[in-house]
Amino acid sequence: MKRLCLLILVSFLATACGTPFFGKDTTAGPATLKVMTHDSFAASEDVIKAFETENNVTLQFLASGDAGTALNKAILSKGNPLADVFYGVDNTFLSRALEEDIFEPYRSPLLKEIPDEFKIDSKNRALPVDYGDVCLNYDKAYFAERSLQPPQTLDDLLKPEYRSMLVVQNPATSSPGLAFLLTTISYYGEEGYLAYWQALKDNDVLVVNDWERAYYTEFSRWGGARPIVVSYSSSPPFEVIFSETPISEPPTAVVTGAGACYRQIEFAGILKGTKNRRLAEKWIDFMLSTRFQEDIPLQMYVFPVNPAARLDEVFVKYLFKPEQPAMLDPELIAANREAWIQAWSEVVLR
Amino acid sequence: MSVIRKLNAWLLWSLPLVFLGVFFFYPLGVILAYSLTRLSAFQAEVASAVLPLPVILRILGFTTWQAFLSTLLTLLVGLPGAYLLGRYQFRGKAFLQAWMGVPFMMPALVVAACFDTLLGPRGWINLGLMELFGLTAPPIQFSNTFGAILTAHVFYNTTIVLRLVGDFWSHLDRRFSQAAQVLGANRWQTLRKVILPLLTPSILAAALLVFMFDFTSFGVILVLGGPRFRTLEVEIYYQTVGLFNLPAAATLAILQLACTFTLTLLYTRLSERQRPVSMRPQTYNQARLTSWRSRLFAVVTVSFLTVFFISPLAALALRSVSRLEPDRGQRTLSSPGITLDFYRELSANRRRSLFYAPPASAISISLAYASITVALSLALGLPAAWAQARLASPKVNRLFDSLLMLPLGASAVTLGLGFILTFDQPPLDLRASPALIPLAHTLVALPFVVRSLAPALRSIKPKLRQAANVMGANAWVQFTRVELPLINRAILSAAIFAFTISLGEFGATAIISRPEYPTIPVAIFRLLSQPGGLNYGQALALSTILMFVSAAGMILIQRLRITETGEF
Repeated sequence: MKRLCLLILVSFLATACGTPFFGKDTTAGPATLKVMTHDSFAASEDVIKAFETENNVTLQFLASGDAGTALNKAILSKGNPLADVFYGVDNTFLSRALEEDIFEPYRSPLLKEIPDEFKIDSKNRALPVDYGDVCLNYDKAYFAERSLQPPQTLDDLLKPEYRSMLVVQNPATSSPGLAFLLTTISYYGEEGYLAYWQALKDNDVLVVNDWERAYYTEFSRWGGARPIVVSYSSSPPFEVIFSETPISEPPTAVVTGAGACYRQIEFAGILKGTKNRRLAEKWIDFMLSTRFQEDIPLQMYVFPVNPAARLDEVFVKYLFKPEQPAMLDPELIAANREAWIQAWSEVVLR
Repeated sequence: MSVIRKLNAWLLWSLPLVFLGVFFFYPLGVILAYSLTRLSAFQAEVASAVLPLPVILRILGFTTWQAFLSTLLTLLVGLPGAYLLGRYQFRGKAFLQAWMGVPFMMPALVVAACFDTLLGPRGWINLGLMELFGLTAPPIQFSNTFGAILTAHVFYNTTIVLRLVGDFWSHLDRRFSQAAQVLGANRWQTLRKVILPLLTPSILAAALLVFMFDFTSFGVILVLGGPRFRTLEVEIYYQTVGLFNLPAAATLAILQLACTFTLTLLYTRLSERQRPVSMRPQTYNQARLTSWRSRLFAVVTVSFLTVFFISPLAALALRSVSRLEPDRGQRTLSSPGITLDFYRELSANRRRSLFYAPPASAISISLAYASITVALSLALGLPAAWAQARLASPKVNRLFDSLLMLPLGASAVTLGLGFILTFDQPPLDLRASPALIPLAHTLVALPFVVRSLAPALRSIKPKLRQAANVMGANAWVQFTRVELPLINRAILSAAIFAFTISLGEFGATAIISRPEYPTIPVAIFRLLSQPGGLNYGQALALSTILMFVSAAGMILIQRLRITETGEF
C-alpha cells in the first residue's frame, strides 16, 4: 500500500512539475510568435535569442512531423491557423500549399537580394529560404581500391561496370527518392524516364524506403555493399564535420555532371489568418537576413538562398557545386506526381 | 440491487469512455467525415480519388496474409518457450522472460538497427561468413525481404504468447495429465487430447492479439520490408502524406478500424472462456529440470530463444561501443576498437543548437511523459477494470473492452490530423500542446492496463469482501482497505506497462511532438537522419540506453507480477 501511495504521489508530482510547460502562454509579457516547421528544423540558440530580444517576442516552434505531414497539418488548420508562419514546404510540395491557399503574400524587402532562380512563386506567398541539391554520392575508397572510374552522368549508371552498385530511395516514401525520380524525368523526359529505370533495374538497382536505410545500411561507406547512393551534395562536407576521428578529406564525393542533381528549395510563408502579421513579417525578414542564413548549413544541412551569407570554410572547401541542377515546374509535379510514382512502381518494384 | 449494480457499472465505465470519446472517437470521426466530404467537393475530378476495389483488395489481402503467417510463426516459436516457462522452474528464468519482453517496447527504427548490426550487409553474421569462406559479397540478404517482415514480427510479439499461454500453462493443474497417463495415454496422446484442448482458448486469444499487432504493423513494413510491401497502415500513410488523397486514406482507415473491431470482439469473447478449469498456484505445477529429457529440452529452447531474441539486442549494444570507421576494405570481425565516444558525444551540444537535447534531458522528458501516462492510464484503467471484474454483464464488458482496444487499430497519421481539426477552440486548444503526447500514449496503454488489473481484481476471493462487509465497511472502505492492497502488485505491473509503452512510442509522438521536448525515440530518429559517423554512433548509443531502460522496466514488472493468471 505504501508503495502504491508513493507511486501515485510520484506520478502526480511529475504531472505537477510538468504543468508549467504544459500550460498555455497566457501570462503577460512578450508576445508569442508561433512558427510551424517540419521535424528537421533546427537553429542556433544565440541566433533565435537575438531575434527574440530585438523584437521583444517569444518564439515557439511547432515541429509537425515530416515535410508532408507538417504541410497537411497546416492545410487542415487553415481556418484557424496553428501558427503564424510556416517553414519547410519544398518545391515538390509547393503547389499543394498554393492550391490550398494557406499563405498570405508578403513582399519582403530582402527579396531583392535573392537570386531570381529561387523565386518560384511570383505572388510571393511562399518565400525561398534555403536550397539543397539531391545528388548521387559515391564512396571514394571503393572506386580507388578497384581503380575504377566513378560514374559521371546518369547514363553511366547503366554501364555493366556499375552493376549492383546503386541504391536509391522509394519516391513514394522519401523526399530524396522523389527528387531523384524527378531528376530522371527532367533529364530523359516523360517519354524516356521509364525506359531508363527499366535499364537501371536490369543493372540491379536497389530500392529502399528511406534515406536512413540507404545511407547507413546499404551504402558501402557505412554498412553496406553499394558504393553509390542518392543523397545530398552537402553530405561529403558533413562526413568531415561529424567524423568520428578528425579527417581532412571527405571519404565520399558527388556526381556533379549536368542534370544529374535535383534542386530542392524550401520556402516559408505567413499563414493566412495570423493575428501577428507585423511580427510574422519581421521573422520572415530575419530568416532571409545573413544572420539566420549563415546559421542554416550547420543546423539543417541545406544552404542559404541569400548570396551575401558567408559559408563556413569546410563548405567552401568541400561543397560540390552541381552543373545545372534539374528542377521541374511545381504545377507539373502536382499534376503528375501520383501517375509518375505509380508508373515508376509498375516498372521498378514489380 | 441489480439496478444499482448496473448503474455503478455504467458510472465506472463512463470515465474511460468519456476519455476515449473525447480524445479518440470524436477526432477520428471528424477527420473521417471531413475527408469524405472533400470527396464530394471535388466530385468531378475524383474518379481516381478512391482507390479501385482490386487495389484495396490486394492490399487487404497482403495485410491479412503477412499477419496470418507472422502469427503462425510466432506461435511456433512461442509455444515451446511457453511450455518451458509454464512448467519448469529454473535459474535465470525471470531474467530470460524480462529480456524477451524488451523488443515489444522498441520502436521499429531501433529494431531495424538491431537486425542490421547482426544481419545487414556488413553485420556480424555476414562479416563472419565472408571471413570464414573467403567470400567477397555478403551471402545473406535480409532487409527488403518478406522474411525480414516475418522475422521482425516474431521478434516483437513472441513475448505475448510466452506471457498469455505460459502463464495459463503454469496454472493448469498438473494432475490432469498425470490422470491421463495413469489411464494409459502416452505423452503424445496426453498433449493432443488433454493439454491442447485445455490450452486452446489461451492460445487462440494470444494468436488473435498477435494477429492484431501484425495486421496494423507500420514501422516494420516500412523500414525492414522495403518498398515492395504495403499494408493498410502503410497505404494510409502514403495516401495521406504523399498524395494528400484524404478520401482514399479515410476509406482505408475505416476498413482497418472495422477489421480491428471485429478482431477485438472475437478476442474478448475468446479470452472470456479462458477460465474453464480450477486453477492451481504455479508452485504446485512447476517442476525442476531433473530428467535428462527435460534438461535437453530446456537447453535447446533457451539457446534458441537467446540466439533469436537476445543476440540482436546484444549486437546493437556492442556496436554502440565499437568504432565505426576502421580502415577501408579491411573491416573484419576483430578490427574495430572499443570506444565510449558516442556516449560522451551525446552530452555535447556541438552545434549549439536550440533544439539540442542532451541524453539526460531526453531521458527525463521521456520519463515525465511516461509518468503522466502512468497516472492517467491508472486513473482511467482502475474504474474500468473494477467494473469489468465485478459489475457489468459479459455483453457490456465485451463491447466496452473492444472499444478500449480500438486505438491500437487506428492509424497515427489519421488520428494526428483529427486532433488538428477538433481541438482548435480555446477551452481545448491542444493542437500545439505537449499535453497531447501523454494523452496519445494513454490511449495506447489503456487496454494493457485494464488487462493487467481486471484478472487480479477478479481473483480476489469474495469471502474477503463479505467479511469486510459484515464488519461494517462500505464499498469505498472495502476498495481502499481490502482490494487495493491485494492488487498492489498488479497495479504496479500495469503502471510499468504504461510506462514502457510510453517510453518506446514513436509513431504518434513524431507527429505531435514539440521540438524543445524530444522523447528518446524522437531524439534517436533525429540523429539517424543526419550524415556522419558521430551522428550514427550517437543514434546507436541512445538506442542502447532506451533498450536498457525498457529492460529495467520489464524486470521490475517481472518481480512485481502477482501470482494469478496474467492477461495481456
